[in-house]
Amino acid sequence: MHSSGISIWFFIGVLLTIYGAMILGYGLYELTLPQMAVANYHASVWWGALLLAVGLFYGLRFRPGRNA
Amino acid sequence: MFALLPASVAASGSPSSTAAFIALGAPSLAHLSPLDLAVIAIYFVMVIWIGFYLKSKANTSEEFFMAGREMTAWIAGLSFVSANLGSLELMGWAGSAYQYGILAAHWYWVGAIPAMLFLGMVMMPFYYVCKTHSVPGYLKLRYGQGSSTVAAVSFAFMTVLMSGVNMFAMAEVMKIVLGWDLNFSIIVSSLAVAAYVALGGLRSAIFNEVLQFVLIWGGALLVPILGLIETGGWSGFKARLAHNIATGATASGDYTHMWRSMGHFADNPMGIHWTGIVFGLGFAISFGYWTTDFLVVQRVLAANSLRSARLAPVIGSFFKMAVPFIVILPGLLGLVVLTNSDGSLMHLVGENVVAAHPGAGLHSYNEVLPLMMVRYLGPGLLGLGITALIAGFMSGMAGNVSAFTAIFTYDLYQPHIVKHASDKHYVLVGRIVTIVGVVISIGAAYMVMNAAGIMDYVQALFSFFISPLLGVVLLGMFWKRATKAGGFWGLLIGTLTSIVLFLWVHFYPSALKYVALSPDAKDMAENMYRALWSVSTSVGVNVIVSLFTKPRPIAELAGVVYGATPLPTEEPVPFYKNEWFWTAIAIVIFLALNIYFW
Repeated sequence: MHSSGISIWFFIGVLLTIYGAMILGYGLYELTLPQMAVANYHASVWWGALLLAVGLFYGLRFRPGRNA
Repeated sequence: MFALLPASVAASGSPSSTAAFIALGAPSLAHLSPLDLAVIAIYFVMVIWIGFYLKSKANTSEEFFMAGREMTAWIAGLSFVSANLGSLELMGWAGSAYQYGILAAHWYWVGAIPAMLFLGMVMMPFYYVCKTHSVPGYLKLRYGQGSSTVAAVSFAFMTVLMSGVNMFAMAEVMKIVLGWDLNFSIIVSSLAVAAYVALGGLRSAIFNEVLQFVLIWGGALLVPILGLIETGGWSGFKARLAHNIATGATASGDYTHMWRSMGHFADNPMGIHWTGIVFGLGFAISFGYWTTDFLVVQRVLAANSLRSARLAPVIGSFFKMAVPFIVILPGLLGLVVLTNSDGSLMHLVGENVVAAHPGAGLHSYNEVLPLMMVRYLGPGLLGLGITALIAGFMSGMAGNVSAFTAIFTYDLYQPHIVKHASDKHYVLVGRIVTIVGVVISIGAAYMVMNAAGIMDYVQALFSFFISPLLGVVLLGMFWKRATKAGGFWGLLIGTLTSIVLFLWVHFYPSALKYVALSPDAKDMAENMYRALWSVSTSVGVNVIVSLFTKPRPIAELAGVVYGATPLPTEEPVPFYKNEWFWTAIAIVIFLALNIYFW
């Protein structure tokens, strides 16, 4: 895919990084709120962190100009 | 997130007691927070960005229609699976799992995996070596223009209808979940799809399919994970389900086994016999779809080498086997975790029951996945889940539109309308046809609104066109004696057989016992046996006509027929990069899954 310029994995990395940051940020804010039943799982925190980590990995690994 | 659930279904009792479900209605299942809306908006910005970025990479016909044949095995493989992961996958099969149990997983395993592996290991060399740009293009090389045109016309017709189905399904979801206007959803999604496919061609469609694939897992995987945590794992789920069945809260049935109830049509809620699953679904429908439907084959043809083209379906098969985790499992979990506001167990019903009681707040089987998302996903995560649904629907549309564009331009416009024009001319035609395809799809979407059920509708389309095509392609690829006339008449009469059988049962429902070979057969069985009759007729007619007509010289069949095609020798690679190794692993996992859930 590098012959076409920016790799699709870079686009995916950027998107997941943005989503991960947004969801993790909200999850951390949510920790300060009175808890609801399912919110006890704190899914926003750990899922957001996971998305952010995966996004950063792909975003950096496949950033334009870097040979894969 | 229970607070987001409507106080809409105050029903209890069995699914058969229709009146019991009438309750107060709510306009939508959820209201999105600004964070959710931002997540959705960012997705649209991203896909349009990709479209504009790739515009400069789609200047020649090879780039626009075939993505320059530069896709790696992973990209082609994910796109191959993702093109099929549209509205029906996400919504329809989750609903089917709620209704029929794990039987719905047959469509992911026996109904996909053998065919995908067969495509990669056996058929792909012929598709790839002859450098065809489409399945009708292969038919032209093998049988001549007549068969190719019949296939191209039927495929073009089917793809725009399928695109309309996707569009309508997405608009319905947005209406049900978010209360968005149907017209608004259709127009916005259409404009986005038209923009990024017309700009970047197949490469843009493939990029967005891979993006969508990641989003679907990122957005939907949490639902079964949290569902299993809530129910105490698979064992806990089965225990709660057994308790509900014992107390009459859930309709009785075997929801967690795939083959035990297949001995007779009357033993399972789908009204199917194992022969229908194995030969009808596992062969006629599945092989027809995964090996001859250009929508999916186009993705593999865009691979950068023969090895990549063979590996792509194998890679796709692993993900296909995993998809039930995010589609079937949420549907099953919905049987025990979805509750009304008063704490009673929620009962989903058929579309016809919902339609018969407007404003009653009933929810259909197809709503089980959105209901599960609303239950488990908070702000941001819900937006991601909704984005996954939108991405799935748009990807389905884009896949159909890009395939329609290639078929129309290469297999109808070029051979029949303008035969000798510049490459630039055909790219321009491709961009225009993309827009036209979207417009026709919009018309189809409004037409589908009046159709009884999306699933049956699509199943009918499959058996109309895909199954007879399978018979013709298989004979053409593996029997040197098959002739031009045999291919043409096999395809035509096979298609007509399917249409006639469909109309026969449609107008005389009692005819089902003849088509499906049992008075206990139901709609799903009809689709499978109709496909089986259709492919059998196609093969039979092809063989008979071929035996009475003159075959082409062997020398003319080089590159398109087994036994007349020298396959290129592939470079030796370590075993972990070898397609046969991964095919063997896929077969083992496939068998293990079927045995575990036997």
